[in-house]
Amino acid sequence: MEPTAKQERGMTRRQFASCTAAAAAGFLMTACGPKRLFDMPRDRLRTLIRDMERDYTEKYGTAVTVADTPPIPGVKFAYALDVSRCIGCRRCVYACVEENNLSRDPQVHWIRVLEMDKEKGIDFAHADPYYEADKVPREKHFYVPVACQQCDNTPCTKVCPTGATRVDPDGIVVIDYDWCIGCRYCMAACPYGARHFNWSEPTIPEGQLNPNTHYLGNRPRPKGVVEKCTWCIQRTRAGRYPACVEVCPVGARKFGNLLDPESEIRYIIEHKRVLVLKPELNTMPKFFYFYGT
Amino acid sequence: MTRAVVFALAVLASPALSLAGDARPTPAAVTAPAERVAAPEGRVTVPAERVEVPPPPFSEGIFPCSNCHAGMEPNRERRVLTDMHTEITLRHDEAHRWCLDCHDAQNRDVLHLASGEPVKFEESYRLCGQCHGEKYRDWRAGVHGRRAGSWNGHKTYLLCAHCHNPHQPRFQALTPKPAPKRPTRFIPSKGAR
Amino acid sequence: MTTLRQFSRFVAGSIGLMLRGPAVYWVWVATLVALVASGVAAYVTQVSEGLIVTAMRDQVSWGFYIGNFTFLVGVAAAAVVLVIPAYVYHWKPIREIVIIGELLAISAIVMSMLFVLVDVGRPDRVWHLIPGIGHMNFPRSLLAWDVLVLNLYFVVNVVVVTHILYRAFSGREYDKRFVVPLVLLSIPLAVGIHTVTAFLYNGLAARPYWNASILAPQFLASAFSSGPAILLILLQLLRRFTRFEIQQSAIAKIAELMAYAMFLNLFLHGAEAFKEYYSATEHLRFTQYWFEGLDGHRTMVPYAWTAVSLNLTAFLLFIVPTTRNNWITLNLGCVATYAGVYIEKGMGLIIPGLTPDTLGEIYEYYPTITEVRVAAGVFAVGFLVFTLLLKVAVPISLGEFQSDRMPEADAATAPRGLEPAPAGSAMSLRRTDH
Repeated sequence: MEPTAKQERGMTRRQFASCTAAAAAGFLMTACGPKRLFDMPRDRLRTLIRDMERDYTEKYGTAVTVADTPPIPGVKFAYALDVSRCIGCRRCVYACVEENNLSRDPQVHWIRVLEMDKEKGIDFAHADPYYEADKVPREKHFYVPVACQQCDNTPCTKVCPTGATRVDPDGIVVIDYDWCIGCRYCMAACPYGARHFNWSEPTIPEGQLNPNTHYLGNRPRPKGVVEKCTWCIQRTRAGRYPACVEVCPVGARKFGNLLDPESEIRYIIEHKRVLVLKPELNTMPKFFYFYGT
Repeated sequence: MTRAVVFALAVLASPALSLAGDARPTPAAVTAPAERVAAPEGRVTVPAERVEVPPPPFSEGIFPCSNCHAGMEPNRERRVLTDMHTEITLRHDEAHRWCLDCHDAQNRDVLHLASGEPVKFEESYRLCGQCHGEKYRDWRAGVHGRRAGSWNGHKTYLLCAHCHNPHQPRFQALTPKPAPKRPTRFIPSKGAR
Repeated sequence: MTTLRQFSRFVAGSIGLMLRGPAVYWVWVATLVALVASGVAAYVTQVSEGLIVTAMRDQVSWGFYIGNFTFLVGVAAAAVVLVIPAYVYHWKPIREIVIIGELLAISAIVMSMLFVLVDVGRPDRVWHLIPGIGHMNFPRSLLAWDVLVLNLYFVVNVVVVTHILYRAFSGREYDKRFVVPLVLLSIPLAVGIHTVTAFLYNGLAARPYWNASILAPQFLASAFSSGPAILLILLQLLRRFTRFEIQQSAIAKIAELMAYAMFLNLFLHGAEAFKEYYSATEHLRFTQYWFEGLDGHRTMVPYAWTAVSLNLTAFLLFIVPTTRNNWITLNLGCVATYAGVYIEKGMGLIIPGLTPDTLGEIYEYYPTITEVRVAAGVFAVGFLVFTLLLKVAVPISLGEFQSDRMPEADAATAPRGLEPAPAGSAMSLRRTDH
């Protein structure tokens, strides 16, 4: 827009100076201020979130909300999965796809259900995520669904060159999709194959977008960045169970607050035989597998 | 955390803990008199053993049983049912068990425990828990079975019978959802590159 | 001000040199430019479609690009390691070719940084890495270390090379107080860039194939054989096509050093293979995938054995003095070393490191045409940089391009009062016996 002659004439030196100063200050604030979404003061984050909401609403033709619900003090989330109950029906996989707006094409699945041989026990070398069956569970097999283990000692956040991923105080490993440069170092570092890359523009069919999103969770992602399970941060920070927990037909999935001695998670840890995947790596997962029977 | 949340957790956890610590709970703890259970708004004041559940999964038009059974003389003889309930095949320790081991012969609209104490269908978990003590304990703790609600607040349980057919409690196999696509060197929808 | 003017003459003269050359030169440059253009076109597709046009997937999330990056960091490191005998032991014959080594290092760094750039999903966000403007996860992330060390190494080499060439152009001896500390610094930096690059993989407990402390020494050993291999071929080409004289003893010495490096490389590989096969833990699967194939997936096996045979051949050719001094077998050895280490480090490091993936899945990766085109483009950029740098450095080293020998037109612009250096004065790089 061309400034009018009047405006131009009306611009005094002092005004010009103050405008310049303001612009410089603005630039400095942007350049030196917090850059990652999770470092930002709330009001600035809210402004950015309003822009996101506007963009997504326009793009997907449905009113999208982007929450910025912070971690709840005194809460550290944990998950437990009953290996003796899981039947490998993959209901959780697809509930997750719908809840978290995962790309349908190319296909992104945050949960990978591994079929294993009872003879061999938990052995990734002989695990099969592509099993086809009329009915599950199949004889002589058991099932180990794997998603982000939300480690306490995270190999993935450690290696991120830009600090675009971190462990939030409630224990959820989150990614700033706007800060990730897509170098995929975290994918090399993750021992659980939990991180997924948007190899091309993710697609969600019309009308299938879940409009209730969180800025660190299921908001639509761009091409070229990494994403992962956030334990349905948009639900769990609002007190709800993750989608996979609710959908599991055999009730094999359990979720709660690790710091609450009365939570089912604590009950499981104290009463059941519990294991974590690859304990030798000292990743200290907050995702526990247990034998309910 | 709100006080309600704390309370709810206490409500859920205490029976489990008391049961865990004591193999034979006191009769008082097991007995849940009907009056107390029925207290309408008083869920919060009800002793710990009461659990909120959705209505039992009756077959259409089958309850109350007394509709048909009211005038009938109970036949206590173990036999194959030929007139009614023929769709029921008992695969639940059938060598040792029969209808009237669980269903009450006197009051046809309730079940009964081994002690003879009547139990409403809404509390059938107490009946199941007589044999399946460990599962019962886990269920109360929220570890066995599904629950709905909030992880830090109010929760709804399901009765054992919501998931397990009491006459054939073994889980039926399910058809799995499609396997994930194998990675390919080609662009999934745009063909070879 | 005189210095500035002199320097601008240096720059202008250098550009002039780059623009003059025989037909062979122009054919070579045109080929490189064509390859660059093809690479750019492929890269444009990759940016618009996403990295889906590569064969990389979640299961094997790094591939050809990162393999080339790793290899080239080794080349960059090794090229300068020849500085050690030259400057520390004042071993004359090698000293004269050090400048070529540094130019090679500069080109290799350019290529390796380009390979990282083409690998990232969001090249528009690379500035997020820059401390101050962005946020660099230093010192936790080894990638942050690598970015820092590579850039530092690049700057040091550019400064040293520019200084030496400029001084030679001005007919003056280079400033020892300035160059020697920088050269000494570049030695640990050369080791550093490759060690940090090894640590990049080494630090990942999720990938047992990389999580072996033998990785860094093995990286250095393979680099010290592949880097000089390229250099040896280059030196022979220079000797043939220019008046640049390189003593046979220098070449033989480098070949001998390469034999030791290759022996160490083979030995370290053997030690690792022994550990894997003898203990036969679940970690053996990665080594098996490389050498034997796994569950019928055998794409990598021919590459693995080609690399082993090439490396063994190179070692034998270099360790025997007769073959080391015969130019045919010498060059065969160089090609074998280059190819062997390229396969071993480009594919043999990255792909078995990621296959099977952390959940045991085997996805057979090998690059797509797009990846090959982009990579060829990056190599072409590197060769172009190297060619143009040589085009300037060789005449300067030969004393053919000097401020006092500039063509008349250029000399006219020279500041009055600048005394031309006496012909044959102390030239750091000029041979006095021709």
